[in-house]
Amino acid sequence: MPSREKLTPRRVALCGMMVALAFILSYVEHLIPFNFGIPGVKLGLANLVVLLALYTLDLRDAFVIAVIRIILTGLTFGGLFSMLYSLAGGLLSFLLMAFLSRKKLLGTTGVSICGGIAHNVGQLLVAMCVLETGNVWYYFPVLLISGAVTGTLIGLVGGLMVGRLQKYLAGRR
Amino acid sequence: MADKKIAGRRDILLLAIVLVIGGICMLIMALRPAAGDGIVEITVDGAVYQQMPLAQDAEVEIAGYSGGENRLIIEGGVVHMESASCPDGICVRHRPISKDGESIICLPNRVVVTIYSKEEGSVDAVA
Repeated sequence: MPSREKLTPRRVALCGMMVALAFILSYVEHLIPFNFGIPGVKLGLANLVVLLALYTLDLRDAFVIAVIRIILTGLTFGGLFSMLYSLAGGLLSFLLMAFLSRKKLLGTTGVSICGGIAHNVGQLLVAMCVLETGNVWYYFPVLLISGAVTGTLIGLVGGLMVGRLQKYLAGRR
Repeated sequence: MADKKIAGRRDILLLAIVLVIGGICMLIMALRPAAGDGIVEITVDGAVYQQMPLAQDAEVEIAGYSGGENRLIIEGGVVHMESASCPDGICVRHRPISKDGESIICLPNRVVVTIYSKEEGSVDAVA
């Protein structure tokens, strides 16, 4: 575990690389929208990095990566408005995944599924506030299923990456 | 699954539960009867913009939030968004709606189109 106070070059470099990776994945998703033909559904490739960070770095670093990723991609590809949605979804999903990844209850797939669903719920909550209507909840079942499916994909791939990265980081210590 | 850290039995159970819940919710929604004599309500930025009967064919220009524009078409008890000024066009690609409580939402223009059936009143007033 990296110590809480020390800002070692290694830690800075790792965080920087994670942010860069998240940014690139967001860009890839922006170029090729994997929306499965359903509006509002996204694969959430960048979530892969948040998952990685949660399992390989300490909580504070993972949080910083998640937030910086959202701000950067929001400014580059979206706008302030879409950033609000990403932020709500991202924060809610981060909190849930952070909690679950520290408990040994679920594997990376389960954690990622919960994260995917939480992400969608966060965005629905913002939509509810912005539009001042409860009607958005009619869309919830679709988002529930899509969150579970994309979460599974990300969780499986993420799990493989987490194992490898942990091994690599342990060898490099 | 080879590695329990990636996907154990609990993960698969979780996935199954979520899919079943989602599936049931979708089924309930799909089985709701069509609101043949309902009303179509258009709201912009939370305020009611216009209401009209679902049974009557119509074409409406909606002046959305901050200069946005949407064109809505009601035809044969089915409502769909013909065009929108927003960049993503999610509302245009949204499937046509015809049932009680269904809605088409355009986030950038803050336009919400909802169908209410007459007899039951608006379910959403409670929610």
